[in-house]
Amino acid sequence: MSDKEFIKIKNVSKKFDDVVAVDDVNIDIAKGEFFSLLGPSGCGKTTLLRILAGFEYPSFGKVLIDNIDVTDITPNLRPTNMVFQNYAIFPHINVKRNIEFGLRKEKLSREELNQRVNDALKMVQLEGYEDRFSNQLSGGQRQRIALARALVKQPKVLLLDEPLGALDKKLREEMQLELRKLQRSVGITFIFVTHDQEEAMTMSDRVAVMNKGQILQISPPKDLYNNPKNLFVGDFIGQINFLESEVKSVDQQNVKVSIKNLGDYTLTYIDNINQGESIVCAIRPETIQITKNNDQIKSDISVKGKISNTSFYGNMTYVYVEIEGIKKPLMISTSDPLEGLTYNSDCFININLKDIRLIKKN
Amino acid sequence: MYKKNNILFLYSILYFAFLYIPVMLLPVFSFNDAIHMVFPLKGFTLKWYDQMIHASRLHQALFNSIKVGVIASIFSTLIALLAAKAFTKYKLRLRQLSYGAILLPFVIPEIIIAVSLIVLWTGMGLQLGLIPVTLSHILFCTPFCMLVLISRMEGFDKNLEEAAMDLGENAWGTFWRVTFPLVLPAIVASLLLSFVISFDEFILAFFLTSNDQTLPLYMWGQLRFPKKLPHVLALGAVIIVATSIIVMLSYWLRNLGNPSGKKNNIGGI
Ligand SMILES: Nc1ncnc2c1ncn2[C@@H]1O[C@H](COP(=O)(O)OP(=O)(O)OP(=O)(O)O)[C@@H](O)[C@H]1O
Ligand SMILES: [Mg+2]
Repeated sequence: MSDKEFIKIKNVSKKFDDVVAVDDVNIDIAKGEFFSLLGPSGCGKTTLLRILAGFEYPSFGKVLIDNIDVTDITPNLRPTNMVFQNYAIFPHINVKRNIEFGLRKEKLSREELNQRVNDALKMVQLEGYEDRFSNQLSGGQRQRIALARALVKQPKVLLLDEPLGALDKKLREEMQLELRKLQRSVGITFIFVTHDQEEAMTMSDRVAVMNKGQILQISPPKDLYNNPKNLFVGDFIGQINFLESEVKSVDQQNVKVSIKNLGDYTLTYIDNINQGESIVCAIRPETIQITKNNDQIKSDISVKGKISNTSFYGNMTYVYVEIEGIKKPLMISTSDPLEGLTYNSDCFININLKDIRLIKKN
Repeated sequence: MYKKNNILFLYSILYFAFLYIPVMLLPVFSFNDAIHMVFPLKGFTLKWYDQMIHASRLHQALFNSIKVGVIASIFSTLIALLAAKAFTKYKLRLRQLSYGAILLPFVIPEIIIAVSLIVLWTGMGLQLGLIPVTLSHILFCTPFCMLVLISRMEGFDKNLEEAAMDLGENAWGTFWRVTFPLVLPAIVASLLLSFVISFDEFILAFFLTSNDQTLPLYMWGQLRFPKKLPHVLALGAVIIVATSIIVMLSYWLRNLGNPSGKKNNIGGI
């Protein structure tokens, strides 16, 4: 057994009638990892999580946890616990009895039980809330109780389905930090579902980006941002410019591409590309520099354009620059907007080849 | 503002007076030492209650009514429970239509139901008596039970059952620790409500019974003899108190531990 393959999702698919909710997913998750499933609404995140919890049976493939095939094991016997999107706190019993709900089978003494409940409440900083009922708790408190109720079972894996979705922005950010801290201290493997890319990026060790039931890329957040392998991933994570290009020639290390209207350049090789293929050059807006004249800084590509729009975001400004022959204005972000670079004024944009990422189409 | 509130206050006083004064006359006269129900009151007495306690045909009728009511409430609640579960669990096609069909018995005049049932039961070769009355009460009470149970089950969160399983309970444990306690108040409310409906139902019982009287029939029979009137008043007073307690209990139970914490009063029953 390897800790790198603590959870193994092998060729898992799930069909509902004619909808393919999960499409041939393969993921290995390491022990103690904070792993996120990120993707737009309806892409199959919840379905995949429910397959891990045992609430859905995969149409194909299997799931291994800690080297045991759990595909045919019912939810009550799996070493997983789940925090539901709506928390699902039992309304007819108080917080204390909610938390000890899952401990019945362990046949603990009253003192041990109280100790466990106390520890769990302490962990989520809600000591003294034992006697409250669900409808006497705020959204954030409910979320913590759901967390405590799952963690008190000391599962091998904790599954969380958009647990912060119902909270307001400030509380959500607070809980993100707390959750990450908690995960580090308990050392349990977390699988966290979200459609919020910022949330996934700030909290996770690794993120799997999903679309239409498929996993498009699994990477640490930094890699996901800096080296998107796929147009969807590049577009979904942060802001990005795509430039239409064509492969001129390929050798072992280099690719010569012709970027539409910007000229021919030599870039680093990526896998599986062929001469004559049409390809996309992706550039993050913060790697492009904007100047008034073309001799101010040294760069690999320098081209003239016209500012078509600017939007101010406090710590930075987005500048949109139209370049002749390129359909979509380039988006550039800069922390110090230059004097005189206003709407309709001429400017130069500067790009370095090291900031360009080649992405295959489709 | 102040004036407007005054008018509103007056209106509510009149409203409650209109509703309750006629009903309150019953208990008042049941303690009155006279046969006729006329003012002025003659003096305080408990003899009508004494008479009531010793009327053996009354006891028989009361016993019949309780028997019919208990059986009818259990069966109509059971039928409605299963139907309501199906109704809320599956996204039935024609859902609106079936909901309408459930509510239809409320708007059909009871006398029409009584006539059709007498045709039905006699056609099936059933002897008139308490059995057809009970069967009819089951039919009659079921829609009321449905309303109570559906309104409760609609708000039921399927995630709660899944959460229980996730925390280690099997199907049986999940039912007893989560599903049942959450639906229990509605079941009890449904039992109480259908019992009360059956208990004071007159038209169906009148059409379908033979010699065995239910309590409402017994009381109606007594009204023809002025001398017997006072102890019926006493009985009426007792029934008013008892049914009010039952109805209030069922209201309270229905909203007890409601998952959403909100009051849910679909149907207003
Ligand atoms: N029980 C079901 N029956 C039929 N189709 C389903 C069922 N559950 C999910 N689906 C479909 O599967 C697809 C994936 O759904 P899923 O709930 O996994 O999406 P999601 O990524 O969690 O979306 P969201 O972010 O909106 O929660 C959707 O098209 C959905 O309509
Ligand atoms: Mg979901």
